[in-house]
Amino acid sequence: MLRAVVRGSRLCPALLRAPFSAAAASPIPAPNPRPDIAYNKIFINNEWHDAVSKKTFPTINPSTGEVICQVAEGDKADVDKAVKAAKAAFQLGSPWRRMDASHRGKLLNRLADLIERDRAYLAALETLDNGKPYAISYLVDLDMVVKCLRYFAGWSDKFHGKTIPMDGDFFCYTRHEPVGVCGQIIPWNFPLLMQAWKLGPALATGNVVVMKVAEQTPLSALYVASLIKEAGFPPGVVNIIPGYGPTAGAAISSHMDIDKVAFTGSTEVGHLIQKAAAESNLKRVTLELGGKSPNIIMSDADMDWAVDQAHFALFFNQGQCCCAGSRTYVQEDIYNEFVERSVEKAKARVVGNPFDFKTEQGPQVDEDQFKKILGYISTGQREGAKLLCGGSAAADRGYFIQPTVFGDVQDNMTIAREEIFGPVMQILKFKTIEEVIERANDSKYGLAAAVFTKDLDKANFVSQSLRTGTVWINCYNVFGAQAPFGGYKASGKGRELGEYGLEAYMEVKNVTIKIPQKNS
Amino acid sequence: ENIIFKAVKAARKAFELGSTWRTMDASERGRLLNKLADLVERDRLILATMETIDGGKLFSTAYLMDLGACIKTLRYCAGWADKIQGRTVPMDGNFFTFTRHEPIGVCGQIIPWNFPLVMFIWKIAPALCCGNTVVVKPAEQTPLSALYMGSLIKEAGFPPGVVNIVPGFGPTAGAAISHHMDIDKIAFTGSTEVGKLIKEAAGKTNLKRVTLELGGKSPNIIFADADLDAAVEFAHIGLFYHQGQCCIAGSRIFVEEPIYDEFVRRSIERAKKNTLGDPLKPGVQQGPQIDKEQYNKILDLIESGKKEGAKLECGGGPWGDKGYFIQPTVFSNVTDDMRIAKEEIFGPVQQIMKFKTVDEVIKRANNTTYGLAAAVFTKDIDKALTFAAALQAGTVWVNCYSALSAQCPFGGFKMSGNGREMGEYGLHEYTEVKTVTIKIPQKNS
Repeated sequence: MLRAVVRGSRLCPALLRAPFSAAAASPIPAPNPRPDIAYNKIFINNEWHDAVSKKTFPTINPSTGEVICQVAEGDKADVDKAVKAAKAAFQLGSPWRRMDASHRGKLLNRLADLIERDRAYLAALETLDNGKPYAISYLVDLDMVVKCLRYFAGWSDKFHGKTIPMDGDFFCYTRHEPVGVCGQIIPWNFPLLMQAWKLGPALATGNVVVMKVAEQTPLSALYVASLIKEAGFPPGVVNIIPGYGPTAGAAISSHMDIDKVAFTGSTEVGHLIQKAAAESNLKRVTLELGGKSPNIIMSDADMDWAVDQAHFALFFNQGQCCCAGSRTYVQEDIYNEFVERSVEKAKARVVGNPFDFKTEQGPQVDEDQFKKILGYISTGQREGAKLLCGGSAAADRGYFIQPTVFGDVQDNMTIAREEIFGPVMQILKFKTIEEVIERANDSKYGLAAAVFTKDLDKANFVSQSLRTGTVWINCYNVFGAQAPFGGYKASGKGRELGEYGLEAYMEVKNVTIKIPQKNS
Repeated sequence: ENIIFKAVKAARKAFELGSTWRTMDASERGRLLNKLADLVERDRLILATMETIDGGKLFSTAYLMDLGACIKTLRYCAGWADKIQGRTVPMDGNFFTFTRHEPIGVCGQIIPWNFPLVMFIWKIAPALCCGNTVVVKPAEQTPLSALYMGSLIKEAGFPPGVVNIVPGFGPTAGAAISHHMDIDKIAFTGSTEVGKLIKEAAGKTNLKRVTLELGGKSPNIIFADADLDAAVEFAHIGLFYHQGQCCIAGSRIFVEEPIYDEFVRRSIERAKKNTLGDPLKPGVQQGPQIDKEQYNKILDLIESGKKEGAKLECGGGPWGDKGYFIQPTVFSNVTDDMRIAKEEIFGPVQQIMKFKTVDEVIKRANNTTYGLAAAVFTKDIDKALTFAAALQAGTVWVNCYSALSAQCPFGGFKMSGNGREMGEYGLHEYTEVKTVTIKIPQKNS
């Protein structure tokens, strides 16, 4: 995929087109594959703390399986400290509460400036901890992080309340107030980007944050904490705790003083979070969970483009995308050719050291995921899907898996129903548009979907019918800070990004004042 | 006029389908506006100095207030660029309907001399954030800062033809703009008299969309229960700011009878505190009027005040032996029928009148063809909210005056103007809504 970008061909994925043109003007700086780790503790009140328990945990380089460094392991006691700090920063009369909304935007823009300044360092750190190719960290992840923060910076003084013509002699208006202390639990697949998606709307709307970063990938988010301090956010506004789900994460979701929790991760844990919120203080909950997104290729699709995009839809980020197009439905007329071309493309995918510019696919994030994916591959074979390429580990060291393609997949197979989160592509055959819509919707998930067709009516019909939060037409994995993203059904609730993304971070207060005489 | 035609051609070309500007990401338009703000920040000193020398503005005010507002406005509008959203609409029938919020096209923008740089930014920022191209005519009295902005606009990276700046006079360059058949919209800030000409020209030619920010004779109403110190100070700044050359000047101060004498006394004392002089120098609180024409007009109105029986409390004539300086002037016992109570003076001349009741002052405050701004000073919640509803003005201030910010819509009722600038509302004036309706096989909710 990256080769296609470098060749500047028409086939380069939409996602890379814009940043690539920026990169064409100035080349990507060479990475330092051994970046210094400056920050590995808990960030509270703009200060660095050891864990109350003094415990630490290792974070691993998935390319080698080696430990990068130890990181402070936050638990309930640290969450309590962080919540205390956040509450203090949120008190009436505090610098954060009294700040001009436009100034909150200025701070977010300043944070974006600092991330731009340290872009190469952050990209290298991201690659070291997560395994994604450095060129992609630099061009895609970091680009989207900066754009997300700048987008929400712009909203900070624009999310208006209303004045309302209610019956009676009253002056009625709404205030859009911040929700308060927001717990934010972020995953390991896009560490920096997920951090930006959470901080952007929360801070633009004036909230304070207690964020738990994934134990697999804590380093880049902790470095950004230092930039948050440098940008000038008051102490206590953002607090970041590295730690594990069952300890620090659970402490957040059941905390009596956290007003809202936002979680991105597996559907399984999403259930736990919502339960804990209900059992504690009914904190508001938004969830971005898993998916098994259908990618529907009609026979009139542009074949070259569809094959390219379907490949990108599944294999991007080592298959570790919540919205991965992991059920590729191909109309029967073009099925054989599509499968053949997809296999060819998968075989050509370059797996290797993510710091190497030639590499298109790095390692999976850790041993757990590595084993789980290999397990799904053998289940697929056992249940009768046709293994067309790949199927095993790709190296002796690190968590690399060969790009794998299964053909003749049936809807009831495990690999067609469960989220694999790895470089394993399922191709299924369909006859009619009504049939494929029904099959596409037959899933507990509903995160994303796509349809490839040149026909206007088909495009409108399919996009209308799919029960998913995003429908892509003749493209895949197209994201913009301006466009809302989220799931139907068990893929989540609520939307992130866009104007819609602000709603979860605002509490609406209605103020009604008696007046002597109302006039329109 | 020839130059205007060239400018419009350039603006039209930059607006063509497929042009760099039309195909640019909206977020990138925002980025360019933010870059422009960075450059204005960098050159803040030069620009503030230019405003002072060309416009007679106090340097400290130009640097802190004018330039501050410019930077904030640019950044505010930058933030809107990728948030201008159309709708999808559930219409009857088997249709998929959505609206596009498109730029209008080529916008002619004519700006005044009282806040040259701020007015320039108020015009181009929303226009550009919505994707329009512009032809700007700065005032002949104060062209310099706008022209300097031209160089920053180029440096920031705006494509050629997106912003075009043509210095010139109203009856020639301005009229060429308002009559031009290929300008899609005109925005004008200036006198009501010229505003009428602009709207007429638009109607006679191609029905270009028109927004106007015109004059005012804004009432400032002080109740006996007001914080008197604060009211006197706000009323003073509300009138005398920038030598009285503000469209929003609180030029009719209605004071409730019980506190009238005390209010007048304190206002005179306050007015006498102002030092006149070279606006570039520190320690000066009042600079010159903009030019001889204004100078003469103001002195003429002062004479009318004296002749028609208002009580001249202080000032009342010119100051110094060169330049266009006028003494801070206070008239009391002003009645509604006097010229100084009806006509916009646009100078350092304060009118103080007396009132008895709420209903009376509402009627008198609204008894004008203007309607730009108004204020009320009171601690009473019922009074405050009554006036908020009753006053026919685009902005009503409660216990303050001249409080403006990029997030707030600003504009006039009645003959003070058409349309609003700034805030989200300001974007509507730079957007053309297109409805797209696509037939689909079967609509589902």
